[in-house]
Amino acid sequence: MTRLGSAAAIGLQAIGRIAQLVAVILVIATFNFVLVRAAPGDPAQVMAGQSGASDPKLLDDLRREYGLDKPYLVQLVSHLGRVVRLDLGYSYRQRRPVVDLILERLPATLLLTVTAFCLALVIGTALGALAGLAAGSVLDTVFTVLSLVLYATPVFWLGLMLVLVFSVTLGWLPPFGYETINVQLSPIEHALDIMKHMIMPVTSLAAIYLAIYARLMRSSIIEVAQQDFIKTARAKGLSGSRIVVGHMLRNALVPVVTVAGMQAGALVGGAVVIETVFAWPGLGRLTFEALLQRDYPVLLGIFLILSIVVIALNLLTDLVYRLIDPRMTTGAA
Amino acid sequence: MNRREFTKAMLACGAAIPFGITRAAGQTRGGTLNTIIQPEPPVLVTALNQQQPTLTLGGKIYEGLLKYGADLKPMPGMAQSWEISPDGLTYTFKLFPGITFHDGKPMTSEDVVFSCMKLLVETHPRARQNFARVASAEAPDPLTVVFKLKQPFAPFIGCFDCTSAPIVPKHVYDGTDYRKNPENDKAIGTGPFKLKEWVRGSHVHLVRHDGYYLKDQPYLDEIVYRVIPDAASRALALENGTVQLVQWSDVEFYDVQRFKAQKNLEFTTKGYEYFAPHQWLEMNNRIAPMNDKRFRQAVMHLIDREAFSKRVYFGNAKVATGPVSSKTKFYDPNVKRYEFSVDKAKALLDDMGLKPGANGKRAEIKYIVPPYGESYQRAGEFFRQSFARVGIDLVLVGTDMAGWAEKVGNWDYEMTQNLLYQLGDPALGVARTYISSNIKKGILFSNTQGYSNPEVDKLFDEAAITLDEAKRQELYSKVQQILVEDVPVAWTLEIEYPIIYDKAFKNVVTTGIGSHETFGSVYKS
Repeated sequence: MTRLGSAAAIGLQAIGRIAQLVAVILVIATFNFVLVRAAPGDPAQVMAGQSGASDPKLLDDLRREYGLDKPYLVQLVSHLGRVVRLDLGYSYRQRRPVVDLILERLPATLLLTVTAFCLALVIGTALGALAGLAAGSVLDTVFTVLSLVLYATPVFWLGLMLVLVFSVTLGWLPPFGYETINVQLSPIEHALDIMKHMIMPVTSLAAIYLAIYARLMRSSIIEVAQQDFIKTARAKGLSGSRIVVGHMLRNALVPVVTVAGMQAGALVGGAVVIETVFAWPGLGRLTFEALLQRDYPVLLGIFLILSIVVIALNLLTDLVYRLIDPRMTTGAA
Repeated sequence: MNRREFTKAMLACGAAIPFGITRAAGQTRGGTLNTIIQPEPPVLVTALNQQQPTLTLGGKIYEGLLKYGADLKPMPGMAQSWEISPDGLTYTFKLFPGITFHDGKPMTSEDVVFSCMKLLVETHPRARQNFARVASAEAPDPLTVVFKLKQPFAPFIGCFDCTSAPIVPKHVYDGTDYRKNPENDKAIGTGPFKLKEWVRGSHVHLVRHDGYYLKDQPYLDEIVYRVIPDAASRALALENGTVQLVQWSDVEFYDVQRFKAQKNLEFTTKGYEYFAPHQWLEMNNRIAPMNDKRFRQAVMHLIDREAFSKRVYFGNAKVATGPVSSKTKFYDPNVKRYEFSVDKAKALLDDMGLKPGANGKRAEIKYIVPPYGESYQRAGEFFRQSFARVGIDLVLVGTDMAGWAEKVGNWDYEMTQNLLYQLGDPALGVARTYISSNIKKGILFSNTQGYSNPEVDKLFDEAAITLDEAKRQELYSKVQQILVEDVPVAWTLEIEYPIIYDKAFKNVVTTGIGSHETFGSVYKS
């Protein structure tokens, strides 16, 4: 095949892939619409219900304003039209563009979830590797019990206990919120203030992820240690550290990356429970509140963005596989 | 009291020096009040949204012409005095001079007429009903407003607090799409506090309105409303002093007890007299066996309401005797009483032919648990146990707010629990649950159980347009007797929500609208 032909083939392949992605996104958008609308309830009724007073005019006005008076199919087509134009629409409840609401909440969510995720991934993997390498020792038993306890601890309970100890009893940390309200701070003081607010929510959220990665890494290391190639490496006389770093860790990381890749998509969605306990103004709470209010545009907007992020992260996970295990490259043995 | 005496009393009340207007010794300027707003309101303009959190927060930003005391008598709000004509058809309000909106423009009688007759009738269901009774509203001078009614409506004087008729700026809203007006985000009112910042999901920051018309008020510099969605976290925030005031259901009833004992905190159940939250077990009167009066009477007997108050509401409630709360006007305690008696309940059920089957069960009824928090779930459990005593299997069905609203509004339920505000007068907050003309499918808080009695309709109608107080009492006493006999719903409790606040703050509860008040006279000692 000529170079030109090869470039054209790659181009066609790329166009095909993009068309495939657009089709997947449209299917997801349709599915989300049907799913969200299948739940019983009507946003106008919810709004009226919370006002403690209602009459036909209020319901008619709200339904007309929300476009709910139009036939179901017209609403679906109009929704898909907006998706194609990358327009997420207006929130029924907050009467603001959905994209503004999401962008407002996204930084707080990412700060919380990505920090917790990275901490959990690094510490959990390291602890799991140590426990796996020392399988059967006291250290292994301690790590295993600790990760089991962390895994079994309800996240809201851990959060509340941290608040009780570090805020109510000791008074060291702010009990909730993202930042101190109503004070003038320099940029550095402001960053430190946010970090102080992050300690407890990040710890609570990281605890459960940490336990998952530690347990996964431990069992993966134990399994890899029994593989023939490790025995061969030892027989070749390689040093212990070289065997661990160069052979065991890389191979043991594959299942951890798989699980981390699957969980990473959820990071953008936020952590509903932690955001609720710590009054953290993130996307998880926005989603939950939108669900309760049947604020369809907000729900559909968040679902769409999450779907896109999950698709992107799946592609990224594939790439990472190839980096840590070249055998996974297409065409390799 | 005859009409003339009634008018005099109204005038006297209007002329009195209103509570909190003059500065008494010890009232100091400054300080921040941190409190809670939950759930977060969708908008702060109370004319556009009447959810309880919107009203609590918006009550600091928007004002009405009047306030109501714990005795439900009108007190000056933005109107310094008022007069009702002897025929009960003309209401004349005199406004305080020097009232300004937060954007600096003066508030005049034109704004009142616009708010009541144009904006509120479009956006506020309660106001729509109240002002539909007005034949004309005029602003003869900037400080005078005159409402002329089509026919007498005695409770009309009870329709002017900040929750029922908030005044908005005509220059901002006239000729616009009210709900989509971009100025809604600025929440421009006349109240003692104005919006400085609203970080959604986090907090709403109000600061002093320096141009406020009452001398020296407000005393506080700022109020910060924090959005804290989790009930346990809200309780911790009060416990460690991060917030200094909680109201309504900010803290769960099981937490209230421990705060009563916390030395730095003041506890009161005052400040809810105007709303008088009244709770009942709602039964769909269209479906058997709830369509039989004897069944509904049996329900009244089989619920131990004293125990219900103690175990579910930890004593923060009073047993309801009928459709009218003891805090509301024209309450009559001399109605038939249904004491807790399983035997009487069983006898009534037997009498109607609902006897136990071979398995000992009389019936199975689905009960939708309202999704309004822990107390409602506990209440469902309590009812289930109560009904089990007479062989009725109450099946608890969970749902979320949207599901509950749809099921109840569309009459697609058997039993549920409900709670409504009484709004000071049976014509405003009680009649709507029982009159036939308010049986409207799809509409929550109407006569959703489908009770219909032409005599009750007639009595409610007549009482609403009667001016003589004694005559009104007579009519309402009669309607209470009929309703208590018919039991359209099984009244359970008058809920006494708490207001708990740091003792450093004074004047927190000064009227019957409690935490919806402007807080202009609240100060930190």
